[in-house]
Amino acid sequence: MTKLDSKIPAGPLAEKWTNYKAHQNLVNPANKRKIDVIVVGTGLAGGSAAASLSELGFNVKVFCIQDSPRRAHSIAAQGGINAAKNYPNDGDSVYRLFYDTVKGGDYRAREANVYRLAEVSNNIIDQCVAQGVPFAREYGGLLDNRSFGGALVSRTFYARGQTGQQLLLGAYSALSKEINKGSVEMFTRREMMDIVIMDGKARGIIVRNLVTGELERHGAHAVLLATGGYGNVFFLSTNAMTSNGSAAWKAYKRGAYFGDPSFVQIHPTCIPVHGDYQSKLTLMSESLRNDGRIWVPKKKEDAELIQQGKLSPVKIPEEDRDYYLERRYPAFGNLVPRDVASRAAKERCDAGHGVGNTGLAVYLDFKDAINRLGKNVIEARYGNLFQMYEKIVDENPYETPMMIYPAIHYTMGGIWVDYELQSTIPGLFVGGEANFSDHGANRLGASALMQGLSDGYFVLPYTMQNYLADQINIPHFDTNTPEFNQTANDVQGTIDKLFAVNGSKTVDSFHKRLGLIMWDHVGMARNKEGLEKAISEIKELRKEFWENVSVPGEKTGMNVELEKALRVVDFLELGELMARDALDRNESCGGHFREEYKTPEGEAMRDDSKYMYVSAWEYKGADNEPQLHKEPLIYENIEVKQRNYKTA
Amino acid sequence: MDLKLKIWRQAGPDAEGKFVHYPVHNISQDASFLEMMDILNEELVANGEEPVAFDHDCREGICGMCSLFINGYPHGPDDSITTCQLHMRKFKDGETIVIEPWRAKPFPIIKDLMVDRSAFDEIIQAGGYVSINTGGVPDANAIPIKKEHADLAMDAAACIGCGACVAACKNASAMLFVSAKVSQFALLPQGKIEAKLRVENMVAKMDDLGFGNCTNTYACEAECPKDISIANIARMNREFLVAKLS
Repeated sequence: MTKLDSKIPAGPLAEKWTNYKAHQNLVNPANKRKIDVIVVGTGLAGGSAAASLSELGFNVKVFCIQDSPRRAHSIAAQGGINAAKNYPNDGDSVYRLFYDTVKGGDYRAREANVYRLAEVSNNIIDQCVAQGVPFAREYGGLLDNRSFGGALVSRTFYARGQTGQQLLLGAYSALSKEINKGSVEMFTRREMMDIVIMDGKARGIIVRNLVTGELERHGAHAVLLATGGYGNVFFLSTNAMTSNGSAAWKAYKRGAYFGDPSFVQIHPTCIPVHGDYQSKLTLMSESLRNDGRIWVPKKKEDAELIQQGKLSPVKIPEEDRDYYLERRYPAFGNLVPRDVASRAAKERCDAGHGVGNTGLAVYLDFKDAINRLGKNVIEARYGNLFQMYEKIVDENPYETPMMIYPAIHYTMGGIWVDYELQSTIPGLFVGGEANFSDHGANRLGASALMQGLSDGYFVLPYTMQNYLADQINIPHFDTNTPEFNQTANDVQGTIDKLFAVNGSKTVDSFHKRLGLIMWDHVGMARNKEGLEKAISEIKELRKEFWENVSVPGEKTGMNVELEKALRVVDFLELGELMARDALDRNESCGGHFREEYKTPEGEAMRDDSKYMYVSAWEYKGADNEPQLHKEPLIYENIEVKQRNYKTA
Repeated sequence: MDLKLKIWRQAGPDAEGKFVHYPVHNISQDASFLEMMDILNEELVANGEEPVAFDHDCREGICGMCSLFINGYPHGPDDSITTCQLHMRKFKDGETIVIEPWRAKPFPIIKDLMVDRSAFDEIIQAGGYVSINTGGVPDANAIPIKKEHADLAMDAAACIGCGACVAACKNASAMLFVSAKVSQFALLPQGKIEAKLRVENMVAKMDDLGFGNCTNTYACEAECPKDISIANIARMNREFLVAKLS
């Protein structure tokens, strides 16, 4: 049995990373070019890691699902990236960023990893500026900052409402430079199908060429997965259409443990669901909460009239508005962390105060900010978001308050990794959202970009080199070995099996049904009974899928339905593990809210005596239950307490 | 609403393509254009037919994956948005909608409405970056930049690389795309060091790949979903001239 060893370096917290780097193994420049590395995914983590590994001299093969590495879903991140620069002189520090992140994650993240993240956050900003990323600036020419949820300082750097785009294009430019040099080989429109294990180590991957339908084999000394999160298990989420959990799920089935699968982030400010044909949900950046005030009608009668379309929100006088976040959390107000804001919105809507024609929406109102600062200032800050909102909802948010509702946005869970970001399969590294990450049970806004680039630019190039140091004598890998043949046959077997079903229901119809089960029982509020029901319903749905799914078209050539079917096969298994993990955790923490475990005020109630651990699930075969391993979380540098956003 | 769709179908890069008519019914005017396409595809799949292949991903107008030439306009008739942000309320009940792929020689058709835009990646690889490695860079605030310049650089950097400019241009010119990247760096001190090589290499690559010349019709600017300004083309021309004279 693999032992869970987090490999946290010895020494004081602030010196661990420095010590690690001082004592790690290195590969000399001449030997680096003898070593091949595979990177799957070209988002912030994958793109930046691939570029940095190539700069060091390794041969890098990079794979992405879109037609270009510039399109990974990191590009959609809007609001910003955190760093502990303390440029505004408002009391920030590496320790405070570390503290806020651990607290924001409800004390379910690993101290040493989070500290390292906070430590390298400043290097990220330097790096991106040097690349020419056009961050927002003050008139004096220096960088501007704004605030995000869960922090009392302004530490968020931004490029209008397109920070993710600009950072990703920065990583893409670095990657393009390396492709031009010839040390990165880029493969687009490829989807990873499986990982090839030789002598217990990750030594290659099988990918499907999405244009030709061919299965291709690639060998390497190490494999890095930076394949993003699995929020699309819910069908409706803010993720892109091709974002999926399959690469991580394949890693799990080949022996990598899955960490905290139930930890999902539900983002409070998304455009509400509007119809059953809807394909995705659109986020409205958290940065809007800097100036927008969230409210619902105090009187249920008003809410009902609004739902029926008989009353306009602008007609509701100030005294009849309930600014419930400011009321409940005076210290943080509208800038409470995402999990807290989401639950509070659900609570008001469940109590009958919701707005919109479904009653499942709350207002995000800019009236006061426009009166205070002028429309021009608000337009300069959020113009593109307001435009995006208007195109979708057909209402002008400068005049009518925006309607928002929580939606699935990010998965804190992912493949379990140690301090080196290595999974329980030697040679298989996992970065960015795909790993179980540094965010514990809840990620703070503007921290995903920070983690992706931290992993890719500043952590993996060191830790992967440490792993590769003793492999300089291992020659390039032949892909005609029994292990490659077997894995490729397994993939082909699944494809053949899908076509053989020859049923009558579309892939999407199953995906939508899975999404509803997940949202109802493994979503914002969970309980024992619902989770047990979800597990049995997912099993039933999986059975029905394999009896009645229809995959039209051919095995060769482009086949979008086959691509979707292969992803849904994995979602149908992953969803069950998420429910199982949520059922195991008899407490509420961060985004994981079990209705049985709450304080009298309705806040999440942790049980540190029993659940202060990372759950790491081990696959035991299709017919057996997975085995739960626990990595205890030890806090030596931070006082563990009930999260409090009511008082500073 | 009910609509008549006239969609370009083409099995592969070398296959012959043709328009095929598909009626769709009961489409909500609040649905997005691509959701309408999803509904059509669900029906096709349910009837055992092959769905229409089209590129899309983020569905919020930022990844640049979606394309489509709709009723003669790249990204459809609405202004300043991508196809995925287009909503059906922009169309009339009973209307015929013609849907084609981007048509440009450097963007060969892969299947149906999907085209290969890797030529754009090749142009960026020719010089769309600052040649620095990870680490060893100065403190971010050690490089002060005038706010106006940073804002203009951001305007240019907002390009999503979708290719609408090329599709809109009668010459299939990529000048707006290339000039947006050249401008971003021309406006920033970080980009000055390699300014000459960058503009020369990127323009040479653009020409090699078979993109046409700019004849100042401004169709690219009119159709750009991100409102990238043709002032960038003028800036690139200046950069190019300076490079050739130095």
